[in-house]
Amino acid sequence: MEFTIPWASLFGGMLLGLSAALLMLFSGKIAGISGTIGGLLNPKKNESSWRAAFLTGMILSVIIVTPFGFILPDVSDNNIILVSVAGLLVGFGTRLGNGCTSGHGIIGMGRFSKRSIIATCAFMAAAIIVVLIRRLLGVL
Amino acid sequence: MSQNTIRENKESQITMFKSRMTKSKVIGIFIGLISGLLFGSGMIISGMVNPDKVIAFLDITGNWDPSLAFVMGGALAVFSPIYHFFIKKRKHAISGDKFSWTSNTTIDGTLISGAVIFGIGWGLAGFCPGPVVTSLGGGSNIILAFILSMIVGMVHANQYLAGRFPLPIVGYRKNVCAVEST
Repeated sequence: MEFTIPWASLFGGMLLGLSAALLMLFSGKIAGISGTIGGLLNPKKNESSWRAAFLTGMILSVIIVTPFGFILPDVSDNNIILVSVAGLLVGFGTRLGNGCTSGHGIIGMGRFSKRSIIATCAFMAAAIIVVLIRRLLGVL
Repeated sequence: MSQNTIRENKESQITMFKSRMTKSKVIGIFIGLISGLLFGSGMIISGMVNPDKVIAFLDITGNWDPSLAFVMGGALAVFSPIYHFFIKKRKHAISGDKFSWTSNTTIDGTLISGAVIFGIGWGLAGFCPGPVVTSLGGGSNIILAFILSMIVGMVHANQYLAGRFPLPIVGYRKNVCAVEST
């Protein structure tokens, strides 16, 4: 089997790591996206402005990468009801579990936090099983 | 109102503004914006914004696409050394703020069930919070639907954690403690 290293994925991942490291080194904050949004819904003093700035940067980033030929994929073929149910579960689960792929998967795992390692294994396993069930049901 | 009082008013407003914009806040906003731009760029370049790619990564029994493992590997390869060699040795961040990671180390049912519920949602559609926020600029109503329902789900979770909202079967949360946001 032929295998080539997905350089774009590796480089993009390194940017994620760099971003998380900068945010923590300079302002002590955790670049977890679910935590950033959840924190804005439950605002605390002096914790909202950096969160708003961070999300603004994320939304605007498409402007930076478009000239280099990276575009957002077309996602219009997704079922909107399925996507909405998934959104409810993702929102509820990330707040209950205190993090998502970024907060637990990058920052928590990078700090060797036991909680984050367990959480990452749990959500990866759950997602893999759901995809397997979808494959068996023939809806993949 | 005389010219003088207007000027005094303006000056007092400026000093008020200056005292509110502390050094840590300015750094927070500036670095927040820079990190957000880097994070979003990383999401797009790595292909995390493509739900088909995410599902192909999770589909280990099918036509498995391992490329997203390189996203996490690349992120950890950069973040982890910087954390262990530079950040961990500091008492506080460059802005003077405390590091905001949680001191909580207990692995409990709330953490596991939350992670499992998130995983189910992730496997259903292939979207997680980072990529959808990055994709907002794409103008898709699928993304909008996901973000709005995600916010509703977060509000429910916050209410449940605060002991104000009962879940089916589980009921109200029993040992309510302060909700910590990470």
